[in-house]
This record gives sequence, C-alpha cells and structure tokens, in this order.
Amino acid sequence: MPSVTLAIPDDFEGWRAAARALVMAGIPPEAVEWRAEGDPVPLFADGPPPAPPADAPPPRVPRGFPDLAGLVIRHRDPGRFALLHGLLHRLQHERGLLDDAADPAVARANAMARAVRRDAHKMHAFLRFREVRVKDGTLAAPLAAPDPVAVPDTPAPARNARSVALALRDLGPLEEPAEAPPPPPGRPAPAPAPESRFVAWFEPEHHILRAESGFFTRRFAMLRWSILTPELSAHWDGQEVRFGPGARRADAPAEDAAETLWRAYFASIFNPARLKPDAMRAEMPQKYWRNLPEAQDIPRLMQEAPKRVAEMVARGATPPTERRQRAIHLPAIIRPAQPEAPRGVDSAMPADLLTPDEDFAEAQAALRRDLLARNDLPPWVANATQPVMGEGPQHPLLMFIGEQPGDEEDLKGQPFVGPAGRLWNKALEEAGVPRGEAYVTNAVKHFKFTPTGKRRLHQSPDAGDITFYRPFLQREIGFVQPRLIVTLGATALRAVSGRAMPVTKVRSSLLRDPEGRPFYPTVHPSYLLRLPDPAAKAREYDRFVEDLGQAAATARNLPAR
Amino acid sequence: MELREKLEILADAAKYDASCASSGTEKRDSRDGGLGSTEGMGICHAYAPDGRCISLLKVLLTNACVFDCAYCVNRASSNVRRARFSVREIVGLTLDFYRRNYIEGLFLSSGIIRSPDYTMEQIVRVARELRETHGFKGYIHLKTIPDADPALLAEAGRHADRLSINVELPQPASLKTLAPEKDSGRIRVAMAGLRTRIEEAKEARAQAAKPRVLMNGGPRAAAPRFAPAGQSTQMIVGADASTDETILDTSTHLYGSYRLKRVYFSAYSPIPDASALLPPVAPPLVREHRLYQADWLLRFYGFTAPEIMAGGEGGMLDLEVDPKLAWALKHRWMFPVDINRADKEMLLRVPGLGAKTVERILSSRRVRSFRIADLARLRVSIRKVAPFVTALDHHPRAGLLDRADLRAMLVPKGGLADRAAILPAGLVPRPVQLPLFAHA
Repeated sequence: MPSVTLAIPDDFEGWRAAARALVMAGIPPEAVEWRAEGDPVPLFADGPPPAPPADAPPPRVPRGFPDLAGLVIRHRDPGRFALLHGLLHRLQHERGLLDDAADPAVARANAMARAVRRDAHKMHAFLRFREVRVKDGTLAAPLAAPDPVAVPDTPAPARNARSVALALRDLGPLEEPAEAPPPPPGRPAPAPAPESRFVAWFEPEHHILRAESGFFTRRFAMLRWSILTPELSAHWDGQEVRFGPGARRADAPAEDAAETLWRAYFASIFNPARLKPDAMRAEMPQKYWRNLPEAQDIPRLMQEAPKRVAEMVARGATPPTERRQRAIHLPAIIRPAQPEAPRGVDSAMPADLLTPDEDFAEAQAALRRDLLARNDLPPWVANATQPVMGEGPQHPLLMFIGEQPGDEEDLKGQPFVGPAGRLWNKALEEAGVPRGEAYVTNAVKHFKFTPTGKRRLHQSPDAGDITFYRPFLQREIGFVQPRLIVTLGATALRAVSGRAMPVTKVRSSLLRDPEGRPFYPTVHPSYLLRLPDPAAKAREYDRFVEDLGQAAATARNLPAR
Repeated sequence: MELREKLEILADAAKYDASCASSGTEKRDSRDGGLGSTEGMGICHAYAPDGRCISLLKVLLTNACVFDCAYCVNRASSNVRRARFSVREIVGLTLDFYRRNYIEGLFLSSGIIRSPDYTMEQIVRVARELRETHGFKGYIHLKTIPDADPALLAEAGRHADRLSINVELPQPASLKTLAPEKDSGRIRVAMAGLRTRIEEAKEARAQAAKPRVLMNGGPRAAAPRFAPAGQSTQMIVGADASTDETILDTSTHLYGSYRLKRVYFSAYSPIPDASALLPPVAPPLVREHRLYQADWLLRFYGFTAPEIMAGGEGGMLDLEVDPKLAWALKHRWMFPVDINRADKEMLLRVPGLGAKTVERILSSRRVRSFRIADLARLRVSIRKVAPFVTALDHHPRAGLLDRADLRAMLVPKGGLADRAAILPAGLVPRPVQLPLFAHA
C-alpha cells in the first residue's frame, strides 16, 4: 500500500498537497497509509503514491472545509489525515456533506475540531509565564532551532530536554542576577527590565503550539517570551517566532515573585458561601492544575469554606460600627431624606396649588417633584427612566400637548426630541411659528412601553393613565398660561377636553375645555410617520402644517392671559 | 499596610459583583506597541472553587464608603477593615498580572468616598494611566458612579471597554429601604445616558467606516470611542421579597431600555459583617441558576415571560427542573415533536435541544431523515429528549406523556435534597427568601 509521510504533526500544507494529488489520482482513503514524521512506520508501507494523471480535474471543496481541516490536522488522533482525506474524497460528489452534522465522519471531524479549539482556548487561558532575568541582555539569539520556521528534519526524539536546558543556560542563569535583586514579594514590579524573558511551561493535548503562537505574539509583542511544551518550544524575540525542540517541566523557571500576590488574589476573590467545585472542575479540569500556581490553594480553600460560612451564620448580624464612614462632601441630592409622611397629592388638585403668580421655574420643578413623590403611580412607571416634563416659555402663543414621551424622550428627559418631535419641529418652522413662542408637553409624563428584545414598543396610555396624569396637566396649563392650547392626537384631546372623542370630527376647530380655556385639536405627528403611502403622507403633512399656521393665527386674535 | 494585605481586603470587597466578562469589545493587539490584545472572545484565566470565572483583576479602589447599603459588606456602618490602593499600585498589579497571562484586564469599582465626582475621578485616573502611560490594550471594565460629572463619564467611556451601573435590587421600593442613598431614578437616568453615548459612538464609527463619497470632501474626524463592549448591570436576588416574575420583568425591561449586554443575577450571599436588616442565610444558588436559564429562554428561544412563569407557581420558577422542562410538562399536548418535520420555533421548545443543536438539525434534515442514533451524534442527551420527540425509529411509549409521574422520571435524581449537598454545612437551601420587610 502506498504511504504518505508528513514532515510535522500539524503539517496542513503537506497534507493538502498530498491529498489533492491522491484525489486527482482517484486513490481512495482506504488504499493509502498516512503518517507524520515520528509516528510508527506501518508494516506494509510502500513508497509514495503514483502521481495523478496530468489532465485530472483539481478537487473542489466548499468554503468551510479548509478551516475545518486546518483545525482537525492539529488533533493528536493518528487517524486525522485519513479522516480528512475521506471527507475530501466524498466532497467531490456530496456537495452538502459538511452541512450534515449527523453524518458519522462529519460528526467525528467536528468533534476533533471542537477538541482542538478547546485546547487552544485553554492554552490562552491557563498558560502562566514566569519572569526570568538574564545577564547581558543576549536574548535575541534563538534558543535551540536556528531556522525560523524550524521543521525538524529528523523525527523529534522523545526527550530533547538536554538541548533546551543548555539553550536556556546559554541565555544566562535562571536566577536573578546578584546586582539586580528581585522586588520584595508584595511590591508591584516595575516595567519588565529589558533583560527579562517570560517563560511558560504548558502541556497541550494536541499539536497546537505552532498555530497558537500567533495569539501570544499579538498579545505580548513587546515582551520576549518562550513557551515550552513536551513536543515543541516557541521563542519570541520581538521580531519572529522560532520553534525549537520539546522540553521538560524542569527547564522552565520554578517560581515568580508575582505569584504570591496572584495566589492572594485568587483566595480572596473566592466566595466560600457559594462552593461549587463541580462547576470549577468542568471549566478548569484537574489536569491543568499542576501548572497553575493558584491551584495549589484550591484544596485548602474548599476545606475551610464550610467553617467560614458557619462562622458567618453563627455570628449573625453585627452591630453598626462606632466609627461610621461619614459623608462630608456628599451633594445634598444623595443624602437620604429624613423619613417623612408620604407626600401624596390629592388627585383633585386643590385650587390654591394653581396660583398663577408662582415663579415659573419653581412651578415647573414643583410639578415634577410632586409627580415623583406620588406613591400611587401606575405600576408600569417603574420601567420608565424618568418623567418627561414640559419645555418652553411662560405665556406662549401656543401650548402643544402630545401623548406621552417616546424612547428618545425617555432617555434624554426632554419632550419632542424623537422622530415625531423632529417632524413637529419642521412643520412648526414651515408654518412660520417661532419656536420661542411654543411650549411643548405631554398628557402622560412617563413612557409606557412593551419590551421586545432590544426595542421598546410604544404602548398607548389607557383611560386610567390619562385620568391619573390629568391633574398634573391641568396644573401645568394653569401656570404656563398659553393663549391657545393645541392638542396633538386623541390622548391629548381626551386629557384636555375631559372626554373621549374622535380627532377627525373636531380637528381644526376652536373648542373650549371645561374650564373655558380655548383649545385647537389636530393630529399627532406620529400619525404622519405611520402612513405607508408617500402621497397620503405628503398630503397629510401639508394639512398638518396648515393646521399649525391656522392655530397660530387664531391664537393671535385671542386675548393674552 | 502591605500591598498584599490591601489586595486581600479589596478583592474580598469586590467579589460580590458577579460580572467578569471580557468579551465583545473591538479587536486590538500590541504589534504596533503597548501591551495586550482583545480578540472578541472573552477568556477565563482561572476558576475559583465557587465555580465563577476569573477573567479580570476585580478589585475596589477603596472599600471605604459613605453609602450605607444593607446588603453590602462595605457599607458605611460595617466593621470591615478599610483599605485604599494608590493609582500606581493598581496599575502595577494589573500590568504584572497581565504580563504573566493571569488576567484579561481590570474591573475596577470603588466605594464612594468624599463625593461621586472625586471617586469617579480616581477610577478614571487608573484607566487613563493604563491606557496612556503604559499603552495597555487589555480589557478594562469600569464601574460608573451614577451621579458623577458627565465629562468624567465621557473620559471613562473613552478608556473603558465596558461600563456598568448596578440597579442592585429588582424594585425601586427595595432599593429605597436597603440602600437609602441610592435612587433607582438616578440610576436609570445614568444608564440612559450611557446608552445614548454608546449608540452615538457606534453610529459615528459606522459612518467613519463607510467609503467616503466624493461630495463629502475632506477627511472625517476620528470617531469618539465610548465603551465598545457596551454596558451591563447586576441585580441581587434574594435580598428582598421580589418574585422571579418581578425579577424577569425588570430585567426584560432593562435589556430593552438600555440595550444592556447582560443583566447579572447575584444570589444574596452571607457576608462576614451582616446588617441587622439582612441576616445571613444560604445564598439561593439554584434560584439564581433558574433565573439565568429563564433569561436565556426569553432572549434566545422565543419564549415570553408569561409562558415561562406558567411553568412555575405563584410567580416563582420551579426549582427542581429547568424552566424549559417545566413549561413542557405543563404543555404536554404540544408533544411529541417530530424531529424530521417540526419548525424551528417548536424544535427550540423541546427540552434538551439547544439553539445550536436546532440549527444543526435543520441543516442536516435537508439530506437525512433523523433516527435516534443521528441525534446522539449531535451530542443530544437521548434520556432528556426521548419523551418529547419522534424520529424515524422512535416514538415515545404510548401514554408516556400522560403519565402523572413523568415529572418524577425526569427530575435529576435527588432533586433539591441533592443540591443541598453542594451548600456549605449549616445552611439549609431555602427556595423562597426571607420576607424582607418583616421589620417595617
């Protein structure tokens, strides 16, 4: 049987070239022996397979295949080359094969890719560097392998540790040089000295070091580091990664000054009242523990936990300290209010609260305060960000009353700043009404909505909501004292008139509210936004502008209040 | 005080914050200088025996605090030892830990000292020093003080990957009782401000990334950076009398309102120096777990809150079985589901089928009719799904779905009693927390 021998265990390019030729030659996976250099030589191995015919079409693969194969090739399973060859072979006539995750070969390849990805992720997570100071700063020299893309030309001996140890020795002693004493434990070390090297010992399950060295290069480009594994070592000198032979655990430094602090952190961040060792082991399997400096504390932490919790429980509540932390500079707004009687505002607002001579800004602030102090707010209010109060001058020509704040108004705390507000602003300008002559507010002061994923769907206020906010609106109208009120939409119409009526019936006419104040109903700008037909939209928009103009003209003929 | 002692006090003070994510930020690395990288995926560098991931150096700048929140170990009236890091110390620790590959970055929070502005200023200084003096490119999560100056928040967002403000409790009334200096209104306004800034920055970046049209002329100004990994929040579970229904309702509204990346649930856990308002009890760990599962179903599986709550009783989730199984047991007439024909929405509702598995089934179904062995190859637990599905060679035994003891057959062996074993000695698992307002 012909055999293919790849130069290194994760030789993707080599596999691709060979597999391509095999598929073109029509040789099925079961008729080839695949091995990597260093794998046992099969008993019945012959020479390389015959070359494919010159006119054979090159194999085609779907988009996801190279990535999948690139991962699978790093798996330690000796059958990986043949498995991938088999998939490549079948892909020539089963185009959708990779989409069938339940196919045994695809399932096996996916499982292998998953294992390799997990191994890589655990390497990113659990690899620990230890800092080594080296004399003379002669670090740029390669450790063992002279060739940047070192492909060992002979099968790597099982233990090539001596050469690594020698190489590391060439770099200088692993101990701190006498003239630069180590920082005392418990002090943060300054920036790493230029003569530092960070060395890690790690035992990956699969052949991932070559592929994953890129992660450490991107992360630690400015440091000089070495990663030693049993099979291969990688060394970064700031320019390129060089690969050398495998190493032994003893070749890596045995300790690092920062580990005392790290272990102290690990022990302190652990909450003994939430002992869940299985969850820990699922994510940090025990096989990694021997190379994690913090893991040596785990048994002690677990053993002490029940006692620590029992003590907390037995102690119960403790009396407040006599040396209480004092708030000296805290702004008044944050100081907890002294307990006081609930400031419920009678929903039938007493008339004396509506004194027109009150300072305007104070009247506005008081309205907001009184609204927030209510302990009978509708339950949905708890989900709104803030009450959105009115804005504009006192004694305006027009007082516009909308329905309720929307998403943007709720976030910013200002009325009419969302899409409908912008449309209203534009219409106002086209109608020739100066913005400074208009006061805007809403009948309902909080945003009522239903959450749908990441959006908030506007929900119309119901009769109860309108009734709840009505006294506040009445009070607001009382101190704003507009010449004319313009109600936008049905909610505002109902809140001002005190009864439900269709906007279309009374639109563009001058009416009086129960108090005898004049008001002028029109549609809400959001109605214009919702119209699907562009022609209808344009027509309705023109009519809206006309309404605003007419309202302003009407107001000018009304007596000032 | 030795640095080690400070670290012990200030890490201990920070551990009740559940968040430790380091994912979802922009990609950057140190090939053009500096130290560190972020590649989108978060990395958990270690796990503590509490099962929680350790991804970031999570510490407080100081545990001195003038606020007196009953649930917090650092409250003004607590007897804990107080400590404070200097900016240099935190920066040094972060860099030292990062170089040794212990962490992805820093999660910095603080007790409120002097004033919100002063405290926020100190937090921002640490981030500024890391980014500007040391070229640190790792992950930074900063806790945001709701009442701090907007200019400080803007700078915090420029340096940080993620910002967070904790709503702390599911209901404003509980916050008022347990955290008198905090105000849910001000917290919400601050979260709204963060959402606005995050979206503006995202929008500006998207605009800057668009190919420039000739008409637009000159080069665009660099887009402002603001917390590219978004914002998150945390709610303490079991410190007040809120039901699971209230908690899920609040979290759903928070996700929608402020576009949160995550709402963390943190089971109220005994603290060494408890307040008389909240004596130590077993942390409701199972409840916390069920809430996370329910939250997942709401966000990724097309369930609505009323559907999930229908699986439990009285506004509380079933503690013995996961919320999807609980829902299925109460909607048995909708099963069994045919693996080979059911639509995606229905497959997502089968207990034991995850979202990824459903995608694989849909994709495989185009070329194969599923047998049980095919499902097993997708790593589906056959024991879990068998009563609820049909396949080419499988139909649940007649009457199985109508059996009164189906639930008992599916409950993990031992149920609650089994879970008690994972709790520390002396603590009894309590499904429903203590009535908080007993003192009022």
